[in-house]
Amino acid sequence: MAKKGWKRPPMTWKRFKNLFLNVVGNPFNVIVAITLIILFIFIIIPLLTMIQNTFVTTRGALREVRKVYPDAQVGSYTLYSWRYLFGAENFVSSGDMGLKGTLIYVNLLEPLFHSLTIGFFVTIISVPLGALMAWLMVRTDIPCKGLLSSLILIPYMIPSWCKALSWLTVFRTPEYGGFNGLLTGMGIGVPDWLAYGPIAIIVVMTMHYYAFSYIMVSGALRSINSELEEMGEIQGANKAQILKNITLPLVLPSILSATIMTISKSIGTYGVAARLGEPAGYHVLATKMKWFLGRSSTEAVGYILSIVMIALAAGTIFINQRLIGKRKSYATIGGKGTRSNPIPLGGAKWPMLTLLVIFLVVAMFMPLFFLVMESFQIIPGNGYGADNLTLYAWIGQLENAPNTAFDRDGLFSPHNELFWRSLWNTVKLSLIASVITAVFGQFFGYITTRGRGKWYGNAVEQLIFIPYLMSGVAFSAIYYAMFSQPHLWGLIPSLTGTFMLILLVSIVKHFPFASRSGSSNMMQISTELEEAATINGAGFWRRIGSIIIPLARHGFLSGFLLSFISIAKELDLIAILITSEENYTLSFLSFTYSETMPQAGDAICIIIIAFILITNKIADKFGGNVSKSM
Amino acid sequence: MSKIVLSHIDKFYGDNHVLRDINLTIEDGDFMTLLGPSGCGKTTTLRVVSGLEKPQHGTMTIDDRPVIDADAAFYEAPSKRGLNLVFQSYALWPHMTVFQNVAFGLKIKKMKKAEIEETVMGALRTMRIEEYRDRYPNELSGGQQQRVAIARAIASSPKLLLLDEPLSNLDARLRIDMRAELKRLHKETGTTIIYVTHDQVEALTMSTKIALFKEGEISQIDTPLGLYTNPIDLQAADFIGNPRINFIDAKGVYNGDTLTVTSEFGTYVFPHETLKLDEEIPEGEEFECVLGLRPEMVDIYTQDPNHKNTVAAKIYANQPAGSETLVTLTVGNTEFLAIQVGLVEYDMNQDVFVVLHPGRMNVYNKSTGRLIKYAKTKHKAGIDD
Repeated sequence: MAKKGWKRPPMTWKRFKNLFLNVVGNPFNVIVAITLIILFIFIIIPLLTMIQNTFVTTRGALREVRKVYPDAQVGSYTLYSWRYLFGAENFVSSGDMGLKGTLIYVNLLEPLFHSLTIGFFVTIISVPLGALMAWLMVRTDIPCKGLLSSLILIPYMIPSWCKALSWLTVFRTPEYGGFNGLLTGMGIGVPDWLAYGPIAIIVVMTMHYYAFSYIMVSGALRSINSELEEMGEIQGANKAQILKNITLPLVLPSILSATIMTISKSIGTYGVAARLGEPAGYHVLATKMKWFLGRSSTEAVGYILSIVMIALAAGTIFINQRLIGKRKSYATIGGKGTRSNPIPLGGAKWPMLTLLVIFLVVAMFMPLFFLVMESFQIIPGNGYGADNLTLYAWIGQLENAPNTAFDRDGLFSPHNELFWRSLWNTVKLSLIASVITAVFGQFFGYITTRGRGKWYGNAVEQLIFIPYLMSGVAFSAIYYAMFSQPHLWGLIPSLTGTFMLILLVSIVKHFPFASRSGSSNMMQISTELEEAATINGAGFWRRIGSIIIPLARHGFLSGFLLSFISIAKELDLIAILITSEENYTLSFLSFTYSETMPQAGDAICIIIIAFILITNKIADKFGGNVSKSM
Repeated sequence: MSKIVLSHIDKFYGDNHVLRDINLTIEDGDFMTLLGPSGCGKTTTLRVVSGLEKPQHGTMTIDDRPVIDADAAFYEAPSKRGLNLVFQSYALWPHMTVFQNVAFGLKIKKMKKAEIEETVMGALRTMRIEEYRDRYPNELSGGQQQRVAIARAIASSPKLLLLDEPLSNLDARLRIDMRAELKRLHKETGTTIIYVTHDQVEALTMSTKIALFKEGEISQIDTPLGLYTNPIDLQAADFIGNPRINFIDAKGVYNGDTLTVTSEFGTYVFPHETLKLDEEIPEGEEFECVLGLRPEMVDIYTQDPNHKNTVAAKIYANQPAGSETLVTLTVGNTEFLAIQVGLVEYDMNQDVFVVLHPGRMNVYNKSTGRLIKYAKTKHKAGIDD
């Protein structure tokens, strides 16, 4: 507070009393304080606890730990887990395999290398693809624009793990998948390197993460005044020159952002790698971490891998901010450029249209088609002839099973308790979590917009950003660590394997997105509307009740629906938290079924996709859409 | 009854000192206009008065009742200050009808339903918008929204009405109508009004007093006429008046009694009683000064009028604009502007005679920029001055 020419008045009792009353008497301040406490408890403390837990000896690990630290007790601090991963013996190669023969390679370097490979290829394919599609849709006269633009984000709405299951319906091999896929069923041999491993993972993820660059670049393109391009034309530049010298530099920041986001998301994805890599022993960081977490003696090693993943994500975001820095402001160029004249594609029109159609066929029609068809098959991979079709996976009862491989009732059979319970859990989880996140999101948005440039506004904004940095698996690992033992002398019991824990993770992980939707909502409500109410004698709660809530209603509803979608389809986030059938959700059930009864797994995918498309349509009515839920 | 006294108000945004030692007294029934270019602190001052901003230093009283005492961190809540505010953006609540907008504050005061109905309709009647009571703000034109905003502000019968550039979003014709409306409102209700604007015509036509702001400070507080005839410094003189005042470079000598000023218009001797003696006037030596000459005080003749203050001039350019004609003239190397009522035709480079009235001129000390000689107001000035 270095204000020139002004001295802070002496602190008198009266001044102190008034200052205190000014702060405490204003409910806004109280809410800010509560928010900061909540964020601290649910974001900072779990993060610190996880780091702490990498040193703590658990009961399950005690026997192993004692081999190295004979005096270790449950709860004592050792370097066991860190030595497990980084101990000197890990760097000694067994046999003559060089680096590949070391433990550090198997436990850390190989999965890391795989993750980075996938991240790299997914990014270099999906970013140009998404950017090109954005340019075609926003700036050119490509035919059938209306239809295309309503379809182009549907591939993104199909959860990535559903696409992985769909991939398996075609490429599954009996050795790793237990059943035939479409191709092996027809007698066409599918090489393992195609069916499982990096290529499969990269293709599936590309069909998903193209959406980041599509959404970001089309947003940036829309905000560019077409007069800027027309000016280039008047100066005598041709189309290629305009694209290269005017349009591209202007959307470059959004391309960079999309790149970073794609890298960090594809490195963190669990479900796709678990189905398309793990069966063939192809591990990435996320699956390796899950593997460590699944064994009680190496849980803490899993936490260390999670820290590695968080560091990777934080690193990419940091690079992003360094690279873009001030240039980011480009993205906000004039909101006035609504009038824009499309660029004629000329001869390239039809090839470009073909490209888009092929993309939609591969990323949308085919996955949906194969999922639907396999859900009706008696024996997977046995063709679509009438003799191989059944409704069993949907409604069948075990005693009438047309195939001995069916070991459970069909989904909607009254005896399939697991399905009904998973459905109920999903509804319960999505409903409760999305209501809570949406409400919190509005409050966070209120605080960050009204406190813009003030310390508490910045603090809330930065704290909320932390869950965004982390992939779903890494984030849930933190909560797994935090609540694996009781806290506060038993006041908070161990939550391992409870619905409560899944709920908590789903809420906090969706804070960043909910608060973004909240602040864009609050930004539209001018502070003067509130000030006018203040002048007329309305207190804080009255303003919230009479002014903010009625005006924020629509934004709230669309924010709620979008979190609802996102939570209902979530798999990565809850995969390691579900330890018993009590807590299965539809996504997890589908994921499990895919190994034993793929038809039912496919059927659940279809249910979830249908649900997403319908809810998104409703959210669209309230001004929200899937592009806001990244 | 409400008399507002602001003393030594300082306001900072971070390190930015936006209000510097503001001292302002607003008497009961005043129509006080805070006038100045954008970013000069006038709106901030208004927000301090309303209670929406808390200054770091200074005090404010309403009828001797302390409302702000920054040293004791005491700031009374806006709603307890007995005032109301009309925002530049109107800030009408879009989800409420006209009636609900106006009734909002009354409901909070827990007024009875019948009484609310009566009060709201009274306010709507005053602003002549009764027929729109059930419309939503987005179903109204800008001018109608403006009336609703004012109705909402006056419904609670505030002792003090604050208006923040209320006419800036209206088109030119509506602005003139609303000016008349506001002036009538002030007369009818007798409410004290503080009005913020950057439009000098609004300030001059409506106010009983004007506080002229410059970079977070008040440079002059005066009646509209006083401000127009005797702007306190060169910047104020330049800001007030359209078309702009003419500045003519001159040399002055002050002998302790009279001020003798020589320019291309000739030499004038200004008597002692017209001088502003609390300003710096170098004595016994020649110094640079500036004559301030309003365009409407220049009389143009095609024949020599045989007046003692006649100067020969040349027409440089002529801009007839219907009700008035702007004439640019030169005397020697000095170029200046004159304004004449009605349509007058001159040829370019035509030789004419101008009569100037030294008594109605301002003189500024060029080095300090401050006024050192008062002009007489026109109706008091004799033809010979």
